[in-house]
Formats: sequence, C-alpha cells, structure tokens
Amino acid sequence: MSDTRAKYQKVAYYPGCALEGTAHSYNRSTQAVGKALGLDLVEVKNWNCCGAMEVKNIDPKLQTYLSSRVMSIAASEMKMDVVMAPCNGCYHNLKKAEYDLAHDPDSAEVVDRLSKKAGHATYAAGQVETIHALDWIKHGIGEDGLRKRLRGSLKGLKVANYYGCMYTRPRHIFPEKDQGPGSESTSKPHYMDDLLAVAGADNVEFPLKTACCGGAHTLSDSDTSTRLVLNLLRAAEASGAEVIATECPTCHSGLEMHQVRAEKKFGQATRVKIVYFTQLLGLALGLSPKQVGVHENISDSIGFFKEKGIA
Amino acid sequence: MPIHEVSLIRPENLHTQEQLVVDGVDVSGHWSTFIESRAVTDYNEALEEEIAALPGGEYVHRCWQCGSCTNSCTVNAINPDFNPRYWIYLIRMGMESELLRDKDIIWQCVSCNKCTYACPRDVVPEGVMKALSHWMELKGHVKKSPSMVFDEVFSEQVFARGKIEEGRVMQRFFKRTGQDLNQPWLIEMVKRMLRHLPVTMLAKLGLATFVAPSTRDWSRARAAIEEYVHEQEHKRRRALGLDGLIEAATRDAGPAAGEGARS
Repeated sequence: MSDTRAKYQKVAYYPGCALEGTAHSYNRSTQAVGKALGLDLVEVKNWNCCGAMEVKNIDPKLQTYLSSRVMSIAASEMKMDVVMAPCNGCYHNLKKAEYDLAHDPDSAEVVDRLSKKAGHATYAAGQVETIHALDWIKHGIGEDGLRKRLRGSLKGLKVANYYGCMYTRPRHIFPEKDQGPGSESTSKPHYMDDLLAVAGADNVEFPLKTACCGGAHTLSDSDTSTRLVLNLLRAAEASGAEVIATECPTCHSGLEMHQVRAEKKFGQATRVKIVYFTQLLGLALGLSPKQVGVHENISDSIGFFKEKGIA
Repeated sequence: MPIHEVSLIRPENLHTQEQLVVDGVDVSGHWSTFIESRAVTDYNEALEEEIAALPGGEYVHRCWQCGSCTNSCTVNAINPDFNPRYWIYLIRMGMESELLRDKDIIWQCVSCNKCTYACPRDVVPEGVMKALSHWMELKGHVKKSPSMVFDEVFSEQVFARGKIEEGRVMQRFFKRTGQDLNQPWLIEMVKRMLRHLPVTMLAKLGLATFVAPSTRDWSRARAAIEEYVHEQEHKRRRALGLDGLIEAATRDAGPAAGEGARS
C-alpha cells in the first residue's frame, strides 16, 4: 500500500453547512460510498462554516480564519493528517487558507490573533492535508480497488462530468495539481471521469467541465445564473449526455434550481438529469437509490435509473 | 492599449454622416467620421491607492493590460460591457467619471476565478472587482447591491452562530431585498424537492428553520470576529478619506499638541 493510500484510509470528514441542508443527498451518498469501499470517515468535531463564497467579500482574512479553525480542530484536537471535504466551496477555502497561511504573514498574524481570542490552537500551514472526495476515492481505493468492489454497472449511461470553478481555480492554491501523469489537471480535470468510467459510465466529451454556474449569485442575480446554467444544461444535452454528474453542492443545487426556473419563468425546458458523482458510484457499488439519496434530489431521476436497469 | 474591445472614446462622441460631400469630395460613411473632443478634468489621482487599500485590490498596480481577464470572463461572455481589463485601466488612470458609467454592473462578477487563473501578473482581477464594488458603495455612488446584501445576511449568520442554515439565509435575503417568496418557479422547486421525501426528513427540514444549527462554545470566536470586522471597517473608511470625524479630530489635535509642546 502506497503512503498516500494508507493515509487516506481514515480521514477527518468536513461535510460543511450545505451537506447538512440542501445537499443532504451528497452527505448521505459520500458516507454510503465510503462504507461500501471500506474507507473511514471521522467527522470534524464541532466544526464551523468555512466562509463559503460570501465571507471573503466582507473580509478575506476572516474566511482564512474560519477555514483555519476547522483545520486546527482536525490537527490539534483530533490528531488527524488529512481533512476530506466533498463540497467544492469548503475544499477551495481550506486550500486557500492553507496557501495564504504559508505565504502571507499578515494572514497568519490575523489568524493567530483571532484563534487566541477564540481560545483554540492556531493552525499552522502544513499540519493537515486537505483533499476533495474525488482525491479520497481516486487515491484511497484506486481504480483497481473500485473495480473489484463493483456490484452493478453504469453501462450505457451517458454522463457529462461537471467540476465547476472552485475545484481547479485559481491554480496556485492547488500545488499538487498539474504535476504530470496521474495528477489532476486544472484545465481539463479528469478524476471524476476516471472513477465513473471504471463504474461503467459512458462519459461524453463535455466542453464546459469547469465553466461557471453563477452559483455566487444564484439568488442575488438570478437571471444571470439562469442563463449560465441553461448554457451548461444545453451543452450537456448537445454532447449527448443523459446525466450531469456533479461534485459541488452549490453547482448541484444551482443546476437543479435554475433548470426549474428556466422552464417556469422563460419556457426553456431541458431534460438532462442532475446527480452527485457519489450517487452514481453508490449505484454501481450495489447500493439502492434510497441509500444514496436519489429521492432527495429535486431533479427526478429514480424512474430514469430504473428504466436504464441501473437501480 | 493592446486590445481595443473598448476605448475611452464615448460612442455618442463619434459622428459619421451617411451622405456628405465637402468641397466637392464625397466623404460619405466612415470617411466622414470625426470624434468630438472633450476635456477630462476630474482625475482622481488617489483612485489606485484607494482601491489598493480595500481587500482584493492590493495588486491592481501590477496590471500590464494584456486583457486575459476580460478574454476569459464568464460575465463578459454574456454582457460585453462587463470589462475587468478596462476598469483596471480606468482605476490606474484615475478616471473616476468613466468608471461611474458602469457602476450598476460591476457587482455582477460571479467569482468564477477564470481571470485570476489566466492573469500572468497575479493582479487577482476577481479581488479587484470586489474591491471596486466596495468602493462604489463606500463612496455612496451606488446603493448596496443584491450580492452585497446576500453576503451580509450570510456572514451575519456565520459570525453569530458559526454555521448557516440555507432556508433561513434565503428567507432573510428575500425579506431584506423586498422580494416575494411566492414566485411560481420557487414554489415549483419546493414541490419537486418534497415529492419523494419521507416524513421524518421533512420534519427535520422544518425543524431546522426554527432551531438554527450552530457551533458550540462559539461566543469567544464571535466576539473576536466582531471586533476584527469593526476594526477593518474603520480602517477602510479612513483609507478612502470618509471618516470626517476622525479627520477633524486629528486636525484639531495637531496644532493643539504643537502649542502644548511650545509652551
């Protein structure tokens, strides 16, 4: 077993606010997939919000502090080496905090001051490694490990893999990406494609993998978001996809919400289904749609999966 | 400027006659184009420093106007008037009145970070857009954008409890921006959301809107954050020369202290 694989067998799990609310099905499916693969998740104790897309607009260093508190608990109180965040927003913010604390003395000073006042250990860069659910499965179990555990298949399912903004941009906060063969690419990410391909999915050539869904303004500038989402949904359909696989609660709920909004407000209906990649992996691992929370999605795909013989 | 997707020439100052003969020479169409002259007298020489004093704007001075930000911009693709390169140019030139012509769209940056990814000079254009939106609001040129209201509603909950609950954020945002929750697409969305949910899950969701999720022992963190927010607000207003009281106080204190030293 490689060092990375050994390290990812048991990780601190940071679900974040969205996974306790609208993205409950992502939480459910991530945990169910972990269990099916024999990977251990230990939830970060008494965690707080990472700052999402909003706190940085009040003050970027506060976002750094909020994210650092989560890593501080994982490192100092739980003695964990790895924090896994399935939410792109949380993952991005923890990575950004890690970068800023290592490179910007002002950020480190503010974080130290706030941590002392709040009464917990100051997080120091390098204490933990933050990874995404994709890294966790890709390196914790690997493609061969996943193949061995399959109980079903996504055979014949045409999938557009959608990664969104926060998983790859900006490049400098993800030093482990773009490191040649085997590493993730920031311009053309492929970890989700790789895993779903093992599960039997027929990945379509989707040119908008890392395009923006307008998630930051999903409610404050809804018409812009609807336009961006509609563009994504149409592009997925034009690529021949039946399903868009997501890895971010903001993208996922944005796609679902604006699919309905485009239909109801602008008469622009699209049929492509929206599901979390962990839900698709779960189905291929022999879990039922309910076990991976397909019934909790707004985009109704239970009937579709049954028809396809996947569920 | 290396790229010319927009220039300082205002479209209304460009004059072209479709049919025109001058001294027997036909100068119809483009041949007759002339630009009405105008004088710019209201440069704000401190503009670049003001933007740099706001979070996100720190690196605006690095820009060499390659246009990669505008070229990669998500919002520019749907609205050509949304132009980060041009706005950064105006900031550095101190052309405040030109910037104000776009004051109502600058807040629409979706923070996709494509510009920051593409920028060869590490200007962090996404940060500059946020600093510029803040500047517009602090200077009183625009009222709070819906995006800023959302950021505030959201952050208030995080600062108060450590966590947010999405339903609550949404309700407060709609209330504060005077929007009706009773919109057909929203109702349809909730209907579809509830379609397959078991009763226990519904009860849990309903409960969350009454009992807000929170981080335990958050009070000290909350106090530290609030103190910091206050301190930063003060600092920013001061950098933009907005704190009249502080200025007056320092001005008054100056000569008095001097006199004290002399006597």
